[in-house]
Amino acid sequence: MSCGSSTTPACPARRPGKAASDVPFFIALTILAGSYVVLIAAFIAADVLFTSPGHLLAALRSPEIRYSIRLSLVSCSIAAILSVWVAVPLGYLLSRAHLVSGGLTRRPITARLVQMMRAIVDTIVDIPIVLPPLVTGLSLLILFQAAPLRQLQRIFPVTYAVPAVVIAQFAVACAFAVRTMTVTFAQISPRTEQVALTLGCTRRQAFWMVALPEARRGILAATTLAWARSLGEFGPILVFAGATRMRTEVLSTTVFLELSIGNLEAAIAVSLMMIIAAVAVLVLLRLAEAAEPFWRSVA
Amino acid sequence: MICIRGLEVRAGSFSLRGIDLEVADGQCAVLMGRTGSGKTTLLEAICGLRAVIAGTIYLKGRDVTHLRPADRGVGYVPQDRALFSTMSVFDNIAFALVVRRWDRHAIRRRVLELAEFMGITHLLDRRPAGLSGGEAQRVALARALAGSPGVLLLDEPLSALDDQTRREMYKLFADVRRHTPVTILDVTHNLAEARHLADRVLVLENGLVRELSGSAYTGRIDPTENCLCEGGQTQASASGPPGQVC
Repeated sequence: MSCGSSTTPACPARRPGKAASDVPFFIALTILAGSYVVLIAAFIAADVLFTSPGHLLAALRSPEIRYSIRLSLVSCSIAAILSVWVAVPLGYLLSRAHLVSGGLTRRPITARLVQMMRAIVDTIVDIPIVLPPLVTGLSLLILFQAAPLRQLQRIFPVTYAVPAVVIAQFAVACAFAVRTMTVTFAQISPRTEQVALTLGCTRRQAFWMVALPEARRGILAATTLAWARSLGEFGPILVFAGATRMRTEVLSTTVFLELSIGNLEAAIAVSLMMIIAAVAVLVLLRLAEAAEPFWRSVA
Repeated sequence: MICIRGLEVRAGSFSLRGIDLEVADGQCAVLMGRTGSGKTTLLEAICGLRAVIAGTIYLKGRDVTHLRPADRGVGYVPQDRALFSTMSVFDNIAFALVVRRWDRHAIRRRVLELAEFMGITHLLDRRPAGLSGGEAQRVALARALAGSPGVLLLDEPLSALDDQTRREMYKLFADVRRHTPVTILDVTHNLAEARHLADRVLVLENGLVRELSGSAYTGRIDPTENCLCEGGQTQASASGPPGQVC
């Protein structure tokens, strides 16, 4: 059937020289998508225009802000490492639970139990993502006032101390890391591990030698995401760790404290530092991904 | 030898019951059947990747029903080959030997020997991502044979290959059989593949394995449907894809 035929009812003829253009479609998409990108670029530009190098230098000279930068770097890094430490096994288990119900166990009841446990754990892991941050902080505060942990705090103070900052950051950031790792492992075919088992591996060896190397990009993404989430965490830290200067002050609390005393210039300068840190992490992630073929060839 | 008696396995809501199958030492049996008939599930049960609910599996005279996959002495080539994407071709082939803690020089000797046999020596430094279908299949086969398994299980090994590569692989499989005493169970949809490779053709149908006699599978193939039916007669199938047993 020829599309040029004007007699075919199913394929109406077009006027010659009037080809339909895709340009309006792409312009419409660009306008819709671009509005969000412009919004982000605009508020970063507003921060940059509001502040000056002098404000940034003044902020960097302040001992409180320098302490806050140091504590942020340390606590975010610890929270990110802890998050990935938990997210890798949890993401792996969540993504492989279907194998147990799919035939790894002889007992149907075990398969059903595994599926039920998976659904429960999956839901629990999502709670920090959907919970208001203040509620997460309050819940942590209540937990650490409960009897066994209150006793522990006599030896190792947590609440309103630096450990509380790390725990608050970890509590939220880990959920995002778990999500990332679950998706990562779900995208890796379990078939490679199964082949490794037939080649003489134990499950542990198959995990370390096959699954984990294949998940390296996901691990990098989960670490970055957890670090960035930790850096931006404020609500849980405020409630659980407090906002004491030179003690539990991280960059997000610095912005709050500077704003509360009307020092807008310092607050914007610190905000800009946080934006720079976030962009630096994202650039590092992209560079690490781009450099992967190089490191492979070196290896 | 592969000997299966009264096997029952489950894959989700699907299950195979009362499967009996026997393949003699050094034989190549091709297992055919419709999509969803449980061919892959059966291979996975033999490998130890699926829990056996009832029945027994003997490989080389050993009851392996409840042994770990690592202890069964099988080589497995899945349909998608499942090459280890983070390793070079050399490391893929060497994997079974590294796990078994072979000496480094012995590993190198064995990998080079297999690579030469498979005609993939020039690929040893490459990653699986850049390999063609035929090359990937040769690597998967070399990897499965590296540990000298007694039984080789192939899941539609030639399904995604062009005719030329397929013919090359027929020759390669014939060479493998000449040089190694391995017992092969090959799952396929393709009747031409069965004819080229098999000493015996088995059909998995309605949870039962039955054997097609020699005259059956060497019978005429319907040129339009490539479909083999009972008694060696062929007929067009309305629902089965070409090359399937109907």
